[in-house]
Amino acid sequence: MSAVVDNHPAGIDAAHAGHGHDHHGGYHGAGGVMRWITTTNHKDIGTLYLWFSFIMFMVGGAMALAIRLELFQPGIQFFNPDLFNQFTTMHGLIMVFGAIMPAFVGFANWQIPMMIGAPDMAFARMNNWSFWILPFAASLLMLSFFMPGGAPGVGWTMYGPLTVQMGMGMDLTIFAVHLLGMSSIMGAINILTTILNMRAPGMTLMRMPLFCWTWLITAYLLVATMPVLAGAVTMTLTDRHFGTSFFNAAGGGDPVLYQHVFWFFGHPEVYIIALPAFGVISQVIPAFSRKPLFGYASMVYATTTIAILSFIVWAHHMYTVGMPVTGQLFYMYATIVIAVPTGVKVFNWLATMWRGSLSFETPMLFAIGFLFLFTLGGFTGLVLSLVPIDIQLHDTYYVVAHFHYVMVAGALFAAFAGIYFWLPKWTGRMYDETLGKWHFWLTIIFFNMIFFVQHFLGLAGMPRRIPDYPLMFETWNKISSVGAFGFGLSQLLFLYIVLKAIRSGEKAPERPWEGADSIDWTMLPTPAPYHSFETPPVLK
Amino acid sequence: MMASKPARSFATRAGMVLAAVIGAAFSGLALALEWNLQPAGSKLAAEIHSLHEYVMILCTVIFVGVFGFMFWACYAHRKSKGHKAAHFHENTTVEFLWTVIPMFILVIIAWPVTKTVIAQKDTSNADITVKVTGYQWKWGYDYVKGEGEGISFISTLATPREQIEGRAPKGEHYLLEVDNELWVPVGKKIRMLTTAADVIHSWWVPVFGAKQDAIPGFIRDLWFKADKTGTFRSQCVELCGKEHGFMPIVVKVVTQDEYRKWVGDKMKLIAAAADDPNKHYPLDDLKRRGEQVYAKNCVVCHQATGKGAPPAFPPLDGSKMVLGPKQKQIETVLNGVVRDGTPTAMAAFGKHLNDVELAAVITFTRNNWGNRTGEAIQPADVKALRK
Repeated sequence: MSAVVDNHPAGIDAAHAGHGHDHHGGYHGAGGVMRWITTTNHKDIGTLYLWFSFIMFMVGGAMALAIRLELFQPGIQFFNPDLFNQFTTMHGLIMVFGAIMPAFVGFANWQIPMMIGAPDMAFARMNNWSFWILPFAASLLMLSFFMPGGAPGVGWTMYGPLTVQMGMGMDLTIFAVHLLGMSSIMGAINILTTILNMRAPGMTLMRMPLFCWTWLITAYLLVATMPVLAGAVTMTLTDRHFGTSFFNAAGGGDPVLYQHVFWFFGHPEVYIIALPAFGVISQVIPAFSRKPLFGYASMVYATTTIAILSFIVWAHHMYTVGMPVTGQLFYMYATIVIAVPTGVKVFNWLATMWRGSLSFETPMLFAIGFLFLFTLGGFTGLVLSLVPIDIQLHDTYYVVAHFHYVMVAGALFAAFAGIYFWLPKWTGRMYDETLGKWHFWLTIIFFNMIFFVQHFLGLAGMPRRIPDYPLMFETWNKISSVGAFGFGLSQLLFLYIVLKAIRSGEKAPERPWEGADSIDWTMLPTPAPYHSFETPPVLK
Repeated sequence: MMASKPARSFATRAGMVLAAVIGAAFSGLALALEWNLQPAGSKLAAEIHSLHEYVMILCTVIFVGVFGFMFWACYAHRKSKGHKAAHFHENTTVEFLWTVIPMFILVIIAWPVTKTVIAQKDTSNADITVKVTGYQWKWGYDYVKGEGEGISFISTLATPREQIEGRAPKGEHYLLEVDNELWVPVGKKIRMLTTAADVIHSWWVPVFGAKQDAIPGFIRDLWFKADKTGTFRSQCVELCGKEHGFMPIVVKVVTQDEYRKWVGDKMKLIAAAADDPNKHYPLDDLKRRGEQVYAKNCVVCHQATGKGAPPAFPPLDGSKMVLGPKQKQIETVLNGVVRDGTPTAMAAFGKHLNDVELAAVITFTRNNWGNRTGEAIQPADVKALRK
């Protein structure tokens, strides 16, 4: 414990600001675990988010392995169908709300103040609170496994009226979703305020690194849609306990209403996950191409267009509920239009690489992997947007393959690219490049082994969320399961690489990546000091 | 940047791993035959297949083109080769083109698809209409219109538990076999009305390109017209709880003659099970049936004990009327009790129950609790007293 007179978080900042800075980067607050519980520093909170997200990634991943273990061969071997459904539900919820979303909020916390020339996030104490809600939410989710009836076995989409049949675990899950939503909304408000109010003089919106732009737009999506999800699960809660019939036809409700409300949140949610990933990729590709990002302005417009369109396409998740033909056509046309701004982004990234001076360190490898496989996922998305084909493929493994290309090869690969890219800035140490490349190749090979074959399973007619399957699906499932275990083990290598870098990595040079030219690289020392820009930088 | 030597040896090793994995993957492919959609069994499914192929070809061409461009850049514009970076970062013409050209491509995709969407939704002029109800975890089929009207059955998984739990070898149609298949004639337009009794299910036959969620409290519909005979198998495709993976759908498409024969057989079974007012029923059958009728129609007032709730609802146990001549009791149950020109709580059940049901419930009351007349009232007795 260091002897600080005032260990109130705000007091640390105030006291600190009062001192002249003899050595940059010093932390003077409470020691030990209290540092992390009371911290209001954007870097500390970013670190907390990222570690939390990694732990959740491991927990959700363990459930995925349980699922793949059961599906290794036909028949029921390891888990009864009830537990299997609980695993699919919790795997989805944990990965979406516990792993991917917090990971990108972690990046936002670390990077946004450094990228716009701000000292910290706008609401430092709310920042602390928005992180510290998460462990409670995660505990509620995990506790639901130990309730009578276990965790809910309803799928991460939590469709009614199946939710009404679940035990108390469903209620814990609903409260966990409420907490996660509050955390996200607070995080989003913080990011919005920081970006809009705390940019250094001269850092106009159109000069911000694209990562800040994608997060600005993502934050709007979060503020707009998380309350809708909260509404959907609250209606589920009152249907379960207080005799309402929002989703119960016998009481005048409609089960399909739940799906409309859920997907009104759910589709923007896809972009809440994807847009920050686009942002990371838009930083990494120019850096390793040693060339400025092509079409910066069109990137901003494309991102905005995607975000706006994401609000009017939700029912493409529901083509088979029986909507009128005009509804099907409207949602189909609106959905395929998204291919245009998405295409613009992909073309811009490629044009950035074109005639650059390319090198292929691990962040760039993951960025290229992202580009290649995310686009593949985009194309299967186009296939699924077409009503007749979707009616054939809806609720099959084709859909599972599609969204894992977007969520894993998209969001997760971008997160890996970001970690390898920024780790030297954050820790002042380099990761092991050879091991990093191993991690990339193992990850991408096993990823395709798991999910590429699932396209064939879906085409051949294997439904999602089944614990056992007809014999004709056996070979692909075996390949997929082997791939899953390879993928899971490869992520332990990632943990090792990061720990090794932090503990004994080579000292990073001031500018480890010569092509990275945002102000976090050019105007701050490496490793970045504990407080970013205490006086605003002067931008030319 | 990092030294290139370890990276190169790394690349060799990674290449070997890749080759091994691909080799392993391909050795498995010899066994797996499913690469694509199941062979189409209807015109609509065939249309979906050709749309899928059309879109896949377009996507593949674009994908290969775009990433050919990227990999060329990766190869030719490498720093390790000494390539110097250019500094362009905008080009209005290119940016305009790659916004507009994809729009045209989307239009040529959307055009043929739209026609299929409209065709798929047209459930009018069906030859046969079948209502399918999703239950946890089985399907109920009711033929509601067209040839076979009135047929109704439940279709459940036929795979024995031992096969699922690995205590017996798995059969050819593991998890895709049911006790009662849905029979339909080939070449006839079948309209399926979907609904559910508990949670959302989804009825799907891939071979016909037909899928529709079955939503409790609502009726939705889909149609298909099989163009070949055979047995086609599928499963429920909406998570519906614990046994979601164990509620198959099996459709048997047969020739018109076979279908007619099947309908005939089913109808005979239905007729055999129906109430026959001319039949003479034994006492025990009437009592058993009567107990059910009593539970549905009489128990609220006269109580399960037969003691009623006097004075409004008189007891039947030991009642003079019940133990007296049958004619008086039959007339009372048939026509109800009218006092001073006003109908009482004793309604005229002749309007709601058939002769067999009335005979059965009257027999039940005369031979239950303390009542022991030993008398079996026959439907013919009731029929004779109907006005």
